[in-house]
Amino acid sequence: MNLADGVQLVSFAVLAAMMLGAALGVVLLANIVYSAFLLGLVFVSMSGMYILLNAGFVAAAQVLIYVGAVNVLILFGIMLVNKREDFAPVKNVWLGRAATGAVCLGLFALLGTMILATPWVISIAPPAGDDAMVVIGKHFFSDFLLPFELASVLLLMAMIGAIVLARRDLLPDELADQDGREPPVALKLPERPRELISGKK
Amino acid sequence: MSSGIDLQGSFIQILEGLGLPHGVAKVVWIPLPMVIIVGAVTVLALVSTWLERKISAAAQQRIGPEYMGPLGMLVPVADVVKLLFKENMLPAKTDPWLFVLAPILVFIPVFLSYLIVPFGQNLVITNLSVGVFLWISLSSIAPIGLLMAGYASNNKYSLLGGLRAAAQSISYEIPLALAVLAVVMMSNSLSTIDIVAQQADYGILSWNVWRQPVGFLIFWIAALAEAERMPFDLPEAEEELVAGYQTEYGAVRFMLFYAGSYANLVLSCFLIAVLYLGGWESPIPVSLLASWLGVSESTAWLQVITASLGIVMTLFKTYLMIFIAILLRWTVPRVRIDQLLDLGWKFLLPVSLVNLLLTAGLKLAFPVAFGG
Repeated sequence: MNLADGVQLVSFAVLAAMMLGAALGVVLLANIVYSAFLLGLVFVSMSGMYILLNAGFVAAAQVLIYVGAVNVLILFGIMLVNKREDFAPVKNVWLGRAATGAVCLGLFALLGTMILATPWVISIAPPAGDDAMVVIGKHFFSDFLLPFELASVLLLMAMIGAIVLARRDLLPDELADQDGREPPVALKLPERPRELISGKK
Repeated sequence: MSSGIDLQGSFIQILEGLGLPHGVAKVVWIPLPMVIIVGAVTVLALVSTWLERKISAAAQQRIGPEYMGPLGMLVPVADVVKLLFKENMLPAKTDPWLFVLAPILVFIPVFLSYLIVPFGQNLVITNLSVGVFLWISLSSIAPIGLLMAGYASNNKYSLLGGLRAAAQSISYEIPLALAVLAVVMMSNSLSTIDIVAQQADYGILSWNVWRQPVGFLIFWIAALAEAERMPFDLPEAEEELVAGYQTEYGAVRFMLFYAGSYANLVLSCFLIAVLYLGGWESPIPVSLLASWLGVSESTAWLQVITASLGIVMTLFKTYLMIFIAILLRWTVPRVRIDQLLDLGWKFLLPVSLVNLLLTAGLKLAFPVAFGG
């Protein structure tokens, strides 16, 4: 075993231990903020695995998309609604936990059998290595065109949905009008009538 | 194009001459460039803090630091010594793990990004094929550290600063990446070495800034926002947020934030020099001068001159951009958070998309000028 193989083996062991430990932490820790940060660690160790597999571009994309975008947005969401609240203890908690455990074990068994049952033929074709970007690009615009376009339509739908949800403008003038006379009946946010819905009526 | 000086080869040869086996010589070589770069980056960041002091003083018609060393050059050293010897305290009711981890998480990606900064044809730690993409993806880790610092400090100003930093970083990453993508499209490669080599043919005329003026401006604005420099330093706006996510930090942990932010500024300026200003190439190509003087390109002394001129050119362009950034900081007022996000999403994003589309069109129409 030469130096490169040794380094590879040690880094694989470290990355695998880090990934498994962080993943268990995501599931088992009670504090949701810790879980979110550990999720980032899981993604980073996965990108390390990609580097070990000579897929540098995929590794960088993994960090950019999962750590830089997905995980930051998750953290952002958690911190914007960070309401420190102690939940009242529920009766029969163990029932829910047992059900969750059973589902997870079932899923694990299913994936395990899939991995064991698949004949993993090791490809003898030379790895793409540095040309990976070109190969990926060609696949996107030939045989993977439909999934690629469908994903972009999905993202567009999500974006429009987010805009519709976010565009509920408060009307401070209406609130000021009502101040002198009777108070509003229910405590709700006064909203500008949204054109999307009123247009249909 | 000549391969220039092979530092690695000659270093290993020297060690082998001293009687070391080849493998051991290689192992000795591996950490050397990284250590040199980390040291050099620290010095460059310290130099830019000194420049910040001197230029801000000049902008306000003061003298600035004067008595500590020649022209006050020892002020950064004094800063470091002071911060190193300060007590490393943990404020009450903070989250100890995250509080300690956050500055490290901000600091490491910045220094890791220097992997891809070239100072010359062979003066780079690794010529990665993913190149600038690695920088973009590493710089997207920083907001996690900022959010962590904001959360762990248990202070409302820190949390607000952290959230602002994350929002700012997310919104300016996209125009930044699109501006880089336009350059990448012209040079057909993500590698920083290839991007510079593509700008090497006609000296100053072939620099990308002439072909990508809009992209250059977008990149500059977005890079300033990513480095949290003045017009966009909302995450640490003193008047509103005390010092943002850094409020509760002191001593070495504060130094990590501080060094990280200056190293990030230097890094952004390096990348501007590489992507738009021809990297290590001088305005008049050295090979042209050599052919005028009738000197062969493979002459040893010419290669030494070319290599040192490359380092000088890279540093000159970088510090020119840093000078402009500092001058901007002391002359331009801060924008509001809604103006910041409006500028990012409603102006820079569409403009950078149009820029990308135009670049693609021009590349198809004039493959000679826009890298076919």
